[in-house]
Amino acid sequence: MISRREVISSLGAGGLLAGCDRLDRSPGFRELLRSGEGLTMRAQRLITDRTALAREFSASDMSPIFRANGTRMPSSPEYAAHAASRFADWRLVIDGLVTRPLSLSLAQLGAMPARTQITRHDCVEGWSAIGQWTGTPLKLILEAAGLRQSARYIVFHCADNLGPAPYYESIDLIDAFHPQTIMAWALNGRLLPIPNGAPLRLRVERQLGYKHAKYVRRVEAVASLAGIGAGKGGYWEDHSDYEWYAGI
Amino acid sequence: MAEPESRPLVYRHRLSTRIWHWINAITVFVMLMSGLMIFNAHPRLYWGHYGANADKAWLQIGATATAGQLRIGDVTIETTGLLGRWTDAEGNVQTRAFPHWATIPSYYSLSGARRWHLAFAWVLAIGALAYWLTSLVNRHVQRDLAPRGSELRPGHIWHDIKQHARLRFPTGEAATRYNILQKLSYLGVIFMLLPLIILTGLGMSPAMDAAWPWILDLLGGRQSARSIHFICAALFALFIVVHLVMVLLAGPFNEVRAMITGRYRLPKERAE
Repeated sequence: MISRREVISSLGAGGLLAGCDRLDRSPGFRELLRSGEGLTMRAQRLITDRTALAREFSASDMSPIFRANGTRMPSSPEYAAHAASRFADWRLVIDGLVTRPLSLSLAQLGAMPARTQITRHDCVEGWSAIGQWTGTPLKLILEAAGLRQSARYIVFHCADNLGPAPYYESIDLIDAFHPQTIMAWALNGRLLPIPNGAPLRLRVERQLGYKHAKYVRRVEAVASLAGIGAGKGGYWEDHSDYEWYAGI
Repeated sequence: MAEPESRPLVYRHRLSTRIWHWINAITVFVMLMSGLMIFNAHPRLYWGHYGANADKAWLQIGATATAGQLRIGDVTIETTGLLGRWTDAEGNVQTRAFPHWATIPSYYSLSGARRWHLAFAWVLAIGALAYWLTSLVNRHVQRDLAPRGSELRPGHIWHDIKQHARLRFPTGEAATRYNILQKLSYLGVIFMLLPLIILTGLGMSPAMDAAWPWILDLLGGRQSARSIHFICAALFALFIVVHLVMVLLAGPFNEVRAMITGRYRLPKERAE
């Protein structure tokens, strides 16, 4: 015979789990949990140095194989054509709330001062890989275009589709002007491979991997994220409810 | 029910202890179960600064075409039905590492699990900080938890282990105090495990690593931090199992009443 305690405890356990799932699907409860994200970002920004550099490693610390994740080959014919011509005609457009909209070729970007850094890439899934990145500091690009006073965020529009929409991501100006935030065109001393985001990808070293937009073709300065995608500031944020602030 | 007059109710747990206990009872379960879902996103653990699929994992949960497997070092254990390959509530075979009944949410959602984990982490950390300060200031730690010199003698500890193994728990006056095994396990959880699990959690944050590089200097790298975090979680789970078994053996009604009302009825003296 099943004791009353067993019935109650099994109902309790099953009920609790089902309850957690129900709570997880409830928009109100999600908002409550998400207040933890705002708290985390404000606390981290409050107690830490906003300009602190991510650790830079030596060549002997590098991962033997740098894992590629997400899109490994953008599917559009336009991208295939660019890849076939080794991205000779690729342009990086800088527009939005800027005084001098730009359209830069890879040669023009390459002629600007570059930064090389050996850093650790942390995926939201939990793995890490250490690689050497070379690219143009985003700060220099934004200064060349001249940000307007009203600009608050920088949005990265990408050439790859993940599901229904092109990938996009965004960061605020604290990270955009950080010295290690670069538009990278080389990994481990070679031109960026396609699975890692050729010809240009963002490195924003103090945040998780999904913020590091690959295949970037347009950098847009905006006052608010409301008009971009579904309004949460990035592909994963809009489609799978990931946090916009990915510093943890 | 008539209780003998000789077994009085004594005041055993302060309100602050009881509140912290029940907040933690919920928080630790949420942290463990959402943590297992986060682990499911990459069910491999490494030592050092980096670690991804091409690198050697010291622990891995995976699935073959027919079986679930847990590999630790060079030892592989078949875990079909429990880890790596199991059947969900609808009867579908799933190949995630930890099964649906052990995770929050029960369906695969890394973003959902992170939302739970990173919100409840605040509850855990603020509660821990408040408890550390309060219990040191009101001298609960020094008075009730700190072992006395005589209690740390190997002979005394061994005696207590034997008494526990025989399920002979303290009675009378001795039952109002923590015994040495309780003291050591509570001190270990509160002042070693809890700070270490918070520190290793922070050590996985790329923003914290940039600001406070000493965290990973201390822990030996982000993937080491992740491994230690997981081991701490396993020790927390072990503590909870032992804790619940002890509550059941010592008399669940009396023990739970004590943690709700603060009042505890002294156990009957044994006829030696």
